[in-house]
Amino acid sequence: METGRSKALWIVASLLILVWTIFPILWIVMLSFKQPGEVGNVQSFLPKDWTMENYRTVFSTSLFTSALINSIGVSLIATFIGVVFATLVAYAIARLEFPGKKLILSFALAIAMFPVVTLVGPLFDLWRTIGLYDTWPGLIIPYISFALPLAIWTLSAFFREIPWEMEQAAQVDGATSWQAFRKVIVPLAAPGVFTAAILTFFFCWNDFVFGISLTSTDRARPVPAALAFFTGQSQFEQPTTAICAAAVVVTIPVVVIVLLFQRRIVAGLTAGAVKG
Amino acid sequence: MAEITLKNIVKRYGDGYPAVNDVSLEIKDGEFMILVGPSGCGKSTLLRMIVGLEDITSGELRIGGKVVNKVAPRERNLAMVFQNYALYPHLTVFENIAFPLRLAKTPEDEVQRRVKETAELLELTDHLDRKPANLSGGQRQRVAMGRAIVREADAFLFDEPLSNLDAKLRGQMRTEISRLQRRLGVTTVYVTHDQTEAMTLGDRVAVLRKGVLQQVGSPRELYEQPTNLFVAGFIGSPSMNFLPATVDGTVLDTPLGRFDMRDRRKAEAVGDRTVVLVGIRPEHFEDASLVGDDRRERGAVVKARVDVTEWLGNELYAYVPYEAPADVAAQLRDLSQELDSDQLRTQAVVALDASSLISPGDEAELWIDTSRVHLFDPATGENLTRDEERAAALGRLADKEREAQRRAQRAEAEATSDTSDEDEDKGGTETAAG
Amino acid sequence: MTAQVETAPAARPAARSEISDRARAERRLGLLLSAPAVIVMLLVTGYPLLNAVYLSLFNYRLTAPQDREFVGLRNYITALSDGLFWQDVFTTFLITAITVAVELVLGFGLAMVMHRAVFARRTVRTAILLPYGIVTVISAFAWRYAFDLQSGFVNSWFGLGDFAWFSDRWAALFVICLSEVWKTTPFISLLLLAGLAQVPHDLSEAATVDGATAWQRLRRVIIPNMKAAILVAVLFRTLDAWRIFDNPFVMTRGQEQTATLSFLTYDQTITRTSIGMGNAVGVLLFLSVVLIAAVFIRGFRVDLSQVRGDR
Repeated sequence: METGRSKALWIVASLLILVWTIFPILWIVMLSFKQPGEVGNVQSFLPKDWTMENYRTVFSTSLFTSALINSIGVSLIATFIGVVFATLVAYAIARLEFPGKKLILSFALAIAMFPVVTLVGPLFDLWRTIGLYDTWPGLIIPYISFALPLAIWTLSAFFREIPWEMEQAAQVDGATSWQAFRKVIVPLAAPGVFTAAILTFFFCWNDFVFGISLTSTDRARPVPAALAFFTGQSQFEQPTTAICAAAVVVTIPVVVIVLLFQRRIVAGLTAGAVKG
Repeated sequence: MAEITLKNIVKRYGDGYPAVNDVSLEIKDGEFMILVGPSGCGKSTLLRMIVGLEDITSGELRIGGKVVNKVAPRERNLAMVFQNYALYPHLTVFENIAFPLRLAKTPEDEVQRRVKETAELLELTDHLDRKPANLSGGQRQRVAMGRAIVREADAFLFDEPLSNLDAKLRGQMRTEISRLQRRLGVTTVYVTHDQTEAMTLGDRVAVLRKGVLQQVGSPRELYEQPTNLFVAGFIGSPSMNFLPATVDGTVLDTPLGRFDMRDRRKAEAVGDRTVVLVGIRPEHFEDASLVGDDRRERGAVVKARVDVTEWLGNELYAYVPYEAPADVAAQLRDLSQELDSDQLRTQAVVALDASSLISPGDEAELWIDTSRVHLFDPATGENLTRDEERAAALGRLADKEREAQRRAQRAEAEATSDTSDEDEDKGGTETAAG
Repeated sequence: MTAQVETAPAARPAARSEISDRARAERRLGLLLSAPAVIVMLLVTGYPLLNAVYLSLFNYRLTAPQDREFVGLRNYITALSDGLFWQDVFTTFLITAITVAVELVLGFGLAMVMHRAVFARRTVRTAILLPYGIVTVISAFAWRYAFDLQSGFVNSWFGLGDFAWFSDRWAALFVICLSEVWKTTPFISLLLLAGLAQVPHDLSEAATVDGATAWQRLRRVIIPNMKAAILVAVLFRTLDAWRIFDNPFVMTRGQEQTATLSFLTYDQTITRTSIGMGNAVGVLLFLSVVLIAAVFIRGFRVDLSQVRGDR
């Protein structure tokens, strides 16, 4: 029974959550609009003089623009390949009877728990030997393998829920097996695949360890790594506000995706992670 | 032990649609009250309001004389058995039954004693250490009842407790619940959509339709003297047949033929209506060839073409399609949909003696027991021929039967277990009887 | 984790004897479809892990490759007898313990709000997802700049004068934990939300009727019934926190004794190019993760079939 008081409590809790999650983001946005010279002189939350200067700075810095291109390219390619691979595995796990199903799922789980830093040294070594160091594939390959577990669970959980007998029903209704797949299975599976793609993209977009270890120049360095090594245009200028402008730029796609696909992401994370 | 009084209870959800609308109902102390109706009629909502899981939009709910509209469920001292039993999967059977006592911080030795007593009553003693997941459907059901009983609550509330059991077990549990309730003498409200449960278990039955209370009465009263078309159609299986008819004195002209109901009183009740709906239960038809002369005199015979027959061993169902005016047909279709069935064509169902030799395609002679026929107003659905005197007599009969039965159970219980609190119970029942 | 790979139901031997062509084709297809993913995962983890173990047995610096020499377990002995290593273990442990504890409580609260909230349900869920999607490095920057003497507002808001947060071990760890909690609580809360959603509403109602207060319902009915989800969430977050790297890197670069095990590994391998020692620490980190996972899986009997999604 919801009484008036408990309802008010829920509302207060909801508001607190909104403040807690949005405040740091707002802070970064505020900083990004401050004059570079304001930092160190004025300690306040809001900018004294609003300026677009930082955005102009980051977009004219090749280090950032190339990092942005690297991040987008590497993340999209890794997401695409990872989701294709995960879809194949998840389909096999959900639909087919074959030995090693549990082994594959357990192995994926083990990968998810793996301390990636342990691999940094050997991969650094290996990539240098075979020429993958500081290249896109040098990042794409580890991204795929570490994003796969989440994608595999999410998708197998989704695929399990698909009423596969619909495919046969469609065939009875006169569809060819291709039509049955195209018109029945694809629409049913697409939301799951799409969700897995979002989660995989977030994973790749977020990476930092591989980004700083396996790259050295703007040939492949992604944004998070570039930010960590970002210095101001001149020695006398703090890079703070410019970093914030760059941070805001890379946060925009995340915010857009979250706003558009909030329900899918929640469903994906909860379905993939804990299933009763 | 307590009586439960509902006064003008309304439940309105956010969209403004009243799920329960102005229901007033008095459930006497120790009475077994059934709430029945098709799905979505508000019976479960009503139950949940009594127990306190739903807010009451307006109206007054009293338990044991006290207004409890705003009282938290845990302070109402009621016990409820849920449709899915709501057993706590992480607790053993013992701890499931003990749960309400643990919450009330009852001393350990008393918990032990009361749970053991309850388990014995329900024959669960051997399963006390098991987890609910390892129990059969019937055992789970009994654990749920145990949790209700152990609390010595003022009333039991059941929300379709048998709907998850198979037919055979359902029958057994039905008798079990009935026996327990009579023995413990606790006020009980029981929600069901099952005809048999409603007819066999309840002292009284309340029929709901779209949140509105239609009729409250003993099962027999509902069956013999329904107040309207809805109750008449809902109670009894197969449903009562409704035939459109024009009235000419005491003669009814129906699609099955003309017949004389030979009852002045009923004819007068029709007033100046030209069309009525004639309600005849399937079992009030008979194969005319099997009816003796004296009985034949008390009824009427019509001739009709039988379409399909179903021989069930103990009786024979015959289906007689008929043409009805479009508006009446539409009205009957609406009614049948509301009753959770979906009769597509206008047809009469007649239940005949199993020895009848009527077969599909026959032009059959059917005898109608006209004394049992009811006439309904097609516009309002009101029963024009309800016999109030007879209804009152049936009510008194039910009360008497209930008292007798209760006394017998009490005596039996006293003979087996001789505990002091039995006297109190008896006192309570006697006051209720007065 | 091999213990989790239980043998399939008893039906298997029977099935094997009468295996049909169709079943064989299905097996082949199943393995074929799984192959690419499994191969990539094996390639990126299997070989490098073995290589890490191998390299950790050498005294090997990238700057002086000709001096590479086999030293057996000496790197491990050096690491394990070095106070710095244990200090980093302690720091890692501290961060893990604090963040997991805080996140569990906070995450449960968030999950409850997401589960029950009547007010702006969609907005709340969206807001909770934002930190999940934001890059950890950016979260680190946001919190670092908020507490920073030059750019931050925290000191002036709370009247702390010129307290330098990042020059003090505990203060720096506090900010690191804060950023970590902010960024990862959404994940744990979603896992808990999934657990919450699985507790039938009936049970809670039954307990209400049985006389339980809101707190008793939570303690005695809801939490016991989502134990599996809680343990899974704690396991995941513990291992995740144990590998923490991004936040200390951005905030302090491991200064003020805030280096974690992952940071130490990175620092040795990449910054100091001491491949042998770095790999030894990396292998130790790997072993500690295995140990933690084993403790959870064996000790707390975390039901991983829930995580894996098999029924």
